[in-house]
Amino acid sequence: MTNKFEPQIIAFCCSYCSYAAADLAGAIRMTYPSNVKIVLVPCSGRVDPIYLLRALQDGADGVYVTGCMEGDCHFITGNFKAKKRIHRIRKMLEEIGIEKDRVQMYNISASDAPEFARVAKIMTEKIRELGPNPLKERGAIDQKKENIFL
Amino acid sequence: MIVAERKPIKEILAMIDGYNNILMVGCKGCVTVCNAGGKTEVAILAAALRLACKLKGKPVTIDEITLDRQCEPEFIQWLDDSLKKKDYDAIISMACSIGPQYIAEAFDNMVVFPALNTSFMGGTVEHGIWSEYCSACGDCIIQNFGGLCPITRCAKGLLNGPCGGSLDGKCEANSDEECIWELIYQRMKKLGKTDLLLEQKPPKDWSKSLSAGPRKVIREDLTV
Repeated sequence: MTNKFEPQIIAFCCSYCSYAAADLAGAIRMTYPSNVKIVLVPCSGRVDPIYLLRALQDGADGVYVTGCMEGDCHFITGNFKAKKRIHRIRKMLEEIGIEKDRVQMYNISASDAPEFARVAKIMTEKIRELGPNPLKERGAIDQKKENIFL
Repeated sequence: MIVAERKPIKEILAMIDGYNNILMVGCKGCVTVCNAGGKTEVAILAAALRLACKLKGKPVTIDEITLDRQCEPEFIQWLDDSLKKKDYDAIISMACSIGPQYIAEAFDNMVVFPALNTSFMGGTVEHGIWSEYCSACGDCIIQNFGGLCPITRCAKGLLNGPCGGSLDGKCEANSDEECIWELIYQRMKKLGKTDLLLEQKPPKDWSKSLSAGPRKVIREDLTV
Protein backbone atom coordinates (compact mmCIF):
# COMPACT_ATOMS: atom_id res chain seq x y z
CA MET A 1 0.00 0.00 0.00
CA THR A 2 1.40 3.39 -0.93
CA ASN A 3 1.02 6.37 1.32
CA LYS A 4 0.02 9.25 -0.92
CA PHE A 5 1.10 12.56 0.53
CA GLU A 6 -1.89 14.70 1.42
CA PRO A 7 -0.73 18.20 2.32
CA GLN A 8 -2.15 19.95 5.35
CA ILE A 9 -2.74 23.57 4.52
CA ILE A 10 -3.91 26.44 6.68
CA ALA A 11 -5.75 29.34 5.04
CA PHE A 12 -6.26 32.59 6.90
CA CYS A 13 -9.29 34.17 5.27
CA CYS A 14 -10.51 37.71 5.85
CA SER A 15 -14.14 37.93 6.92
CA TYR A 16 -15.19 40.64 4.49
CA CYS A 17 -14.20 39.05 1.18
CA SER A 18 -12.40 35.75 0.94
CA TYR A 19 -14.19 34.05 3.83
CA ALA A 20 -17.47 35.11 2.23
CA ALA A 21 -16.18 33.56 -1.01
CA ALA A 22 -15.42 30.33 0.86
CA ASP A 23 -18.90 30.45 2.37
CA LEU A 24 -20.43 30.95 -1.05
CA ALA A 25 -18.38 28.10 -2.47
CA GLY A 26 -19.90 25.87 0.20
CA ALA A 27 -23.41 27.20 -0.34
CA ILE A 28 -23.35 26.49 -4.07
CA ARG A 29 -21.82 23.05 -3.44
CA MET A 30 -18.57 23.87 -5.16
CA THR A 31 -15.84 21.41 -4.31
CA TYR A 32 -12.35 22.32 -3.23
CA PRO A 33 -9.63 20.17 -1.67
CA SER A 34 -10.28 19.16 1.93
CA ASN A 35 -6.58 19.70 2.59
CA VAL A 36 -7.32 23.35 3.25
CA LYS A 37 -8.34 24.25 6.80
CA ILE A 38 -9.77 27.73 7.09
CA VAL A 39 -9.10 30.18 9.90
CA LEU A 40 -11.36 33.22 9.91
CA VAL A 41 -9.66 36.53 10.58
CA PRO A 42 -11.31 39.97 10.65
CA CYS A 43 -8.88 41.28 8.02
CA SER A 44 -5.84 39.87 6.22
CA GLY A 45 -3.95 42.72 7.92
CA ARG A 46 -4.72 41.00 11.23
CA VAL A 47 -2.51 38.05 10.31
CA ASP A 48 0.58 38.40 12.43
CA PRO A 49 3.68 36.98 10.71
CA ILE A 50 4.20 34.79 13.76
CA TYR A 51 0.98 32.87 12.88
CA LEU A 52 2.58 31.75 9.63
CA LEU A 53 5.81 30.63 11.27
CA ARG A 54 3.97 28.82 14.06
CA ALA A 55 1.74 27.02 11.57
CA LEU A 56 4.84 25.67 9.83
CA GLN A 57 6.52 24.94 13.15
CA ASP A 58 3.49 22.90 14.26
CA GLY A 59 3.39 20.79 11.13
CA ALA A 60 1.42 22.58 8.41
CA ASP A 61 2.82 21.85 4.95
CA GLY A 62 1.64 25.17 3.58
CA VAL A 63 -0.01 28.35 4.76
CA TYR A 64 -1.77 31.04 2.81
CA VAL A 65 -3.55 34.26 3.50
CA THR A 66 -6.46 35.47 1.44
CA GLY A 67 -7.53 39.07 1.50
CA CYS A 68 -9.87 41.35 -0.40
CA MET A 69 -8.97 42.50 -3.90
CA GLU A 70 -6.39 45.28 -3.83
CA GLY A 71 -8.18 48.57 -3.28
CA ASP A 72 -11.27 46.86 -1.82
CA CYS A 73 -10.07 46.16 1.73
CA HIS A 74 -12.75 46.97 4.29
CA PHE A 75 -10.01 48.44 6.45
CA ILE A 76 -8.50 50.29 3.46
CA THR A 77 -4.93 48.97 3.59
CA GLY A 78 -5.09 45.67 5.52
CA ASN A 79 -4.43 43.52 2.46
CA PHE A 80 -1.47 45.66 1.41
CA LYS A 81 0.01 45.29 4.88
CA ALA A 82 -0.53 41.53 4.72
CA LYS A 83 1.16 41.40 1.30
CA LYS A 84 4.28 43.14 2.59
CA ARG A 85 4.42 41.03 5.75
CA ILE A 86 4.10 37.83 3.77
CA HIS A 87 6.86 38.95 1.44
CA ARG A 88 9.10 39.46 4.48
CA ILE A 89 8.26 36.06 5.92
CA ARG A 90 8.92 34.40 2.55
CA LYS A 91 12.36 36.02 2.50
CA MET A 92 12.95 34.84 6.06
CA LEU A 93 11.98 31.28 5.11
CA GLU A 94 14.47 31.39 2.25
CA GLU A 95 17.19 32.39 4.73
CA ILE A 96 16.21 29.53 7.00
CA GLY A 97 16.18 26.98 4.18
CA ILE A 98 12.44 26.29 3.90
CA GLU A 99 10.79 26.69 0.48
CA LYS A 100 9.24 30.15 0.42
CA ASP A 101 6.35 28.92 -1.73
CA ARG A 102 4.90 27.20 1.31
CA VAL A 103 3.62 30.64 2.28
CA GLN A 104 1.44 32.54 -0.16
CA MET A 105 -1.03 35.40 -0.40
CA TYR A 106 -4.07 35.60 -2.68
CA ASN A 107 -6.76 38.21 -3.24
CA ILE A 108 -10.32 36.97 -3.65
CA SER A 109 -13.52 39.00 -3.80
CA ALA A 110 -16.60 38.03 -1.78
CA SER A 111 -18.61 36.93 -4.80
CA ASP A 112 -15.83 34.90 -6.40
CA ALA A 113 -16.44 31.41 -5.04
CA PRO A 114 -14.86 29.73 -8.12
CA GLU A 115 -11.66 31.70 -7.49
CA PHE A 116 -11.60 30.52 -3.89
CA ALA A 117 -11.91 26.91 -5.05
CA ARG A 118 -9.27 27.48 -7.75
CA VAL A 119 -6.81 28.98 -5.25
CA ALA A 120 -7.38 26.05 -2.86
CA LYS A 121 -6.63 23.63 -5.69
CA ILE A 122 -3.55 25.57 -6.87
CA MET A 123 -2.16 25.77 -3.36
CA THR A 124 -2.78 22.06 -2.73
CA GLU A 125 -1.05 21.11 -5.97
CA LYS A 126 1.86 23.45 -5.27
CA ILE A 127 2.41 21.98 -1.82
CA ARG A 128 1.98 18.45 -3.14
CA GLU A 129 4.84 19.20 -5.56
CA LEU A 130 6.99 20.62 -2.78
CA GLY A 131 6.35 17.60 -0.58
CA PRO A 132 5.84 17.43 3.17
CA ASN A 133 7.02 20.12 5.54
CA PRO A 134 10.78 19.44 5.86
CA LEU A 135 10.45 19.49 9.64
CA LYS A 136 8.22 16.41 9.46
CA GLU A 137 10.92 14.43 7.67
CA ARG A 138 13.25 15.21 10.51
CA GLY A 139 10.69 14.12 13.08
CA ALA A 140 10.88 17.59 14.55
CA ILE A 141 7.17 18.11 15.05
CA ASP A 142 5.35 17.31 18.21
CA GLN A 143 3.04 14.36 17.40
CA LYS A 144 0.20 15.89 19.39
CA LYS A 145 0.38 19.06 17.32
CA GLU A 146 0.47 17.09 14.09
CA ASN A 147 -2.79 15.46 15.09
CA ILE A 148 -4.46 18.87 15.14
CA PHE A 149 -4.79 18.58 11.39
CA LEU A 150 -6.55 15.22 11.41
CA MET B 1 15.63 57.10 19.43
CA ILE B 2 18.28 54.58 18.62
CA VAL B 3 17.43 52.87 15.36
CA ALA B 4 18.56 49.31 14.82
CA GLU B 5 18.11 46.50 12.31
CA ARG B 6 18.02 42.77 12.76
CA LYS B 7 21.15 40.91 11.70
CA PRO B 8 20.75 38.36 8.89
CA ILE B 9 19.38 35.09 10.30
CA LYS B 10 22.38 33.18 8.94
CA GLU B 11 24.74 35.35 11.00
CA ILE B 12 22.69 34.75 14.15
CA LEU B 13 22.52 31.02 13.43
CA ALA B 14 26.31 30.89 13.09
CA MET B 15 26.65 32.64 16.46
CA ILE B 16 24.34 30.27 18.33
CA ASP B 17 25.73 27.12 16.76
CA GLY B 18 26.51 24.67 19.55
CA TYR B 19 24.22 26.31 22.13
CA ASN B 20 21.03 24.46 23.05
CA ASN B 21 19.38 26.45 25.78
CA ILE B 22 18.98 30.07 24.85
CA LEU B 23 17.20 33.04 26.38
CA MET B 24 16.19 35.70 23.90
CA VAL B 25 15.84 39.13 25.47
CA GLY B 26 13.91 41.93 23.81
CA CYS B 27 13.72 45.60 24.78
CA LYS B 28 10.61 47.77 25.11
CA GLY B 29 12.60 50.95 24.45
CA CYS B 30 13.76 52.44 21.15
CA VAL B 31 14.02 49.12 19.31
CA THR B 32 10.34 48.41 19.95
CA VAL B 33 9.46 51.75 18.38
CA CYS B 34 11.62 51.03 15.32
CA ASN B 35 10.21 47.48 15.10
CA ALA B 36 13.59 45.80 15.49
CA GLY B 37 13.68 44.22 18.93
CA GLY B 38 10.33 44.44 20.71
CA LYS B 39 8.16 41.58 21.93
CA THR B 40 6.82 40.88 18.43
CA GLU B 41 10.24 40.79 16.82
CA VAL B 42 11.54 38.55 19.58
CA ALA B 43 8.67 36.10 18.92
CA ILE B 44 9.31 36.11 15.17
CA LEU B 45 13.07 35.70 15.42
CA ALA B 46 12.76 32.99 18.07
CA ALA B 47 10.27 31.08 15.90
CA ALA B 48 12.52 31.44 12.85
CA LEU B 49 15.60 30.23 14.76
CA ARG B 50 13.68 27.27 16.20
CA LEU B 51 12.55 26.32 12.69
CA ALA B 52 16.05 26.68 11.28
CA CYS B 53 17.65 24.65 14.06
CA LYS B 54 15.03 21.90 13.82
CA LEU B 55 15.67 21.79 10.10
CA LYS B 56 19.37 21.26 10.74
CA GLY B 57 18.49 18.44 13.11
CA LYS B 58 19.84 20.39 16.09
CA PRO B 59 16.74 21.55 17.96
CA VAL B 60 17.25 24.34 20.46
CA THR B 61 15.14 25.68 23.29
CA ILE B 62 14.65 29.40 22.98
CA ASP B 63 12.72 31.18 25.72
CA GLU B 64 11.54 34.73 25.26
CA ILE B 65 11.50 37.70 27.59
CA THR B 66 11.22 41.42 26.89
CA LEU B 67 12.62 43.91 29.39
CA ASP B 68 11.33 47.45 29.88
CA ARG B 69 14.75 48.71 28.84
CA GLN B 70 18.13 47.12 28.38
CA CYS B 71 20.08 50.33 28.90
CA GLU B 72 19.59 50.40 32.67
CA PRO B 73 21.23 47.96 35.07
CA GLU B 74 18.05 47.75 37.23
CA PHE B 75 16.09 46.23 34.38
CA ILE B 76 18.95 43.91 33.42
CA GLN B 77 18.82 42.51 36.95
CA TRP B 78 15.31 41.22 36.19
CA LEU B 79 17.02 38.56 34.10
CA ASP B 80 18.43 37.08 37.26
CA ASP B 81 15.13 35.29 38.03
CA SER B 82 14.95 33.73 34.56
CA LEU B 83 18.60 32.65 34.72
CA LYS B 84 18.09 31.01 38.11
CA LYS B 85 15.01 29.09 36.98
CA LYS B 86 16.69 27.47 33.98
CA ASP B 87 20.17 26.55 32.97
CA TYR B 88 20.66 28.72 29.91
CA ASP B 89 23.93 28.48 28.04
CA ALA B 90 23.57 31.70 26.04
CA ILE B 91 21.58 34.91 25.77
CA ILE B 92 20.58 36.64 22.55
CA SER B 93 19.95 40.33 23.10
CA MET B 94 17.56 42.09 20.73
CA ALA B 95 18.47 45.60 21.81
CA CYS B 96 20.91 48.21 20.60
CA SER B 97 24.48 47.26 21.45
CA ILE B 98 24.07 48.70 24.96
CA GLY B 99 21.83 45.74 25.88
CA PRO B 100 24.28 42.91 25.20
CA GLN B 101 27.08 44.90 26.87
CA TYR B 102 25.04 45.44 30.03
CA ILE B 103 24.02 41.78 30.11
CA ALA B 104 27.66 40.73 29.64
CA GLU B 105 28.72 43.00 32.50
CA ALA B 106 25.93 41.81 34.80
CA PHE B 107 26.36 38.07 34.21
CA ASP B 108 30.03 37.08 34.11
CA ASN B 109 29.58 33.49 33.06
CA MET B 110 26.95 34.02 30.41
CA VAL B 111 27.65 34.07 26.68
CA VAL B 112 25.83 37.02 25.04
CA PHE B 113 25.06 37.48 21.36
CA PRO B 114 23.73 40.63 19.70
CA ALA B 115 20.83 40.03 17.31
CA LEU B 116 20.69 43.60 16.06
CA ASN B 117 22.98 45.98 14.28
CA THR B 118 22.71 49.40 15.90
CA SER B 119 22.27 51.77 12.99
CA PHE B 120 21.97 55.37 14.15
CA MET B 121 20.15 57.97 16.20
CA GLY B 122 17.16 59.09 14.27
CA GLY B 123 13.46 59.50 13.92
CA THR B 124 10.49 58.08 12.06
CA VAL B 125 10.02 59.57 8.60
CA GLU B 126 6.91 57.47 8.03
CA HIS B 127 5.77 54.06 9.27
CA GLY B 128 8.56 51.65 8.36
CA ILE B 129 11.09 54.33 7.40
CA TRP B 130 13.61 55.83 9.79
CA SER B 131 16.26 58.40 9.09
CA GLU B 132 19.39 59.63 10.82
CA TYR B 133 19.11 63.06 12.43
CA CYS B 134 21.90 63.25 15.00
CA SER B 135 25.54 62.20 15.17
CA ALA B 136 25.89 62.86 18.91
CA CYS B 137 28.83 65.18 18.25
CA GLY B 138 28.54 66.44 21.83
CA ASP B 139 28.32 70.12 20.91
CA CYS B 140 25.04 70.97 19.22
CA ILE B 141 25.20 73.97 16.89
CA ILE B 142 21.96 73.60 14.95
CA GLN B 143 20.80 77.01 16.21
CA ASN B 144 23.04 78.45 13.47
CA PHE B 145 21.32 76.45 10.75
CA GLY B 146 17.63 77.02 11.31
CA GLY B 147 17.42 74.02 13.64
CA LEU B 148 18.66 71.53 11.03
CA CYS B 149 21.87 69.55 11.44
CA PRO B 150 24.39 69.76 8.59
CA ILE B 151 26.87 67.58 10.47
CA THR B 152 24.60 64.56 10.20
CA ARG B 153 22.40 65.33 7.27
CA CYS B 154 25.01 66.69 4.85
CA ALA B 155 27.01 63.86 3.28
CA LYS B 156 30.14 65.99 3.72
CA GLY B 157 29.19 67.41 7.12
CA LEU B 158 29.80 70.93 5.83
CA LEU B 159 29.41 73.87 8.17
CA ASN B 160 29.74 76.35 5.32
CA GLY B 161 27.57 74.87 2.63
CA PRO B 162 26.20 74.04 0.23
CA CYS B 163 28.88 72.39 -1.85
CA GLY B 164 28.97 72.60 -5.63
CA GLY B 165 27.29 69.22 -5.94
CA SER B 166 23.86 70.33 -4.75
CA LEU B 167 21.54 69.95 -7.74
CA ASP B 168 17.82 70.76 -7.80
CA GLY B 169 17.73 70.52 -4.05
CA LYS B 170 19.21 67.01 -4.06
CA CYS B 171 22.51 65.74 -2.71
CA GLU B 172 25.19 64.63 -5.17
CA ALA B 173 26.24 61.77 -2.89
CA ASN B 174 22.71 60.37 -2.86
CA SER B 175 20.20 61.76 -5.33
CA ASP B 176 17.27 60.39 -3.28
CA GLU B 177 18.32 62.53 -0.36
CA GLU B 178 17.47 66.19 -0.11
CA CYS B 179 20.41 68.58 0.18
CA ILE B 180 20.23 69.73 3.79
CA TRP B 181 21.86 73.00 2.84
CA GLU B 182 19.00 73.70 0.45
CA LEU B 183 16.57 73.06 3.33
CA ILE B 184 18.65 75.23 5.67
CA TYR B 185 18.64 78.08 3.14
CA GLN B 186 14.88 77.80 2.51
CA ARG B 187 14.20 77.80 6.23
CA MET B 188 16.49 80.72 6.98
CA LYS B 189 14.81 82.63 4.14
CA LYS B 190 11.39 82.03 5.72
CA LEU B 191 12.76 83.17 9.06
CA GLY B 192 14.31 86.24 7.41
CA LYS B 193 17.73 85.33 8.72
CA THR B 194 19.73 84.53 5.57
CA ASP B 195 22.34 87.08 6.67
CA LEU B 196 23.41 84.61 9.37
CA LEU B 197 24.49 82.21 6.64
CA LEU B 198 27.00 84.77 5.37
CA GLU B 199 29.01 84.41 8.56
CA GLN B 200 31.85 82.00 8.07
CA LYS B 201 31.66 79.16 10.60
CA PRO B 202 35.00 78.17 12.12
CA PRO B 203 36.05 74.50 12.24
CA LYS B 204 34.08 72.58 14.83
CA ASP B 205 35.56 71.45 18.13
CA TRP B 206 35.53 67.68 17.76
CA SER B 207 37.09 67.00 21.15
CA LYS B 208 33.60 66.43 22.57
CA SER B 209 32.83 63.73 20.01
CA LEU B 210 33.58 60.02 20.18
CA SER B 211 37.06 60.55 18.72
CA ALA B 212 38.24 61.42 22.22
CA GLY B 213 37.16 58.01 23.56
CA PRO B 214 33.92 56.96 25.25
CA ARG B 215 32.12 59.90 26.80
CA LYS B 216 30.39 60.28 30.11
CA VAL B 217 27.74 62.65 31.39
CA ILE B 218 27.91 63.25 35.13
CA ARG B 219 25.14 65.10 36.95
CA GLU B 220 26.51 65.73 40.44
CA ASP B 221 23.04 66.63 41.75
CA LEU B 222 21.69 63.24 40.76
CA THR B 223 24.55 61.02 41.84
CA VAL B 224 24.27 59.40 45.24
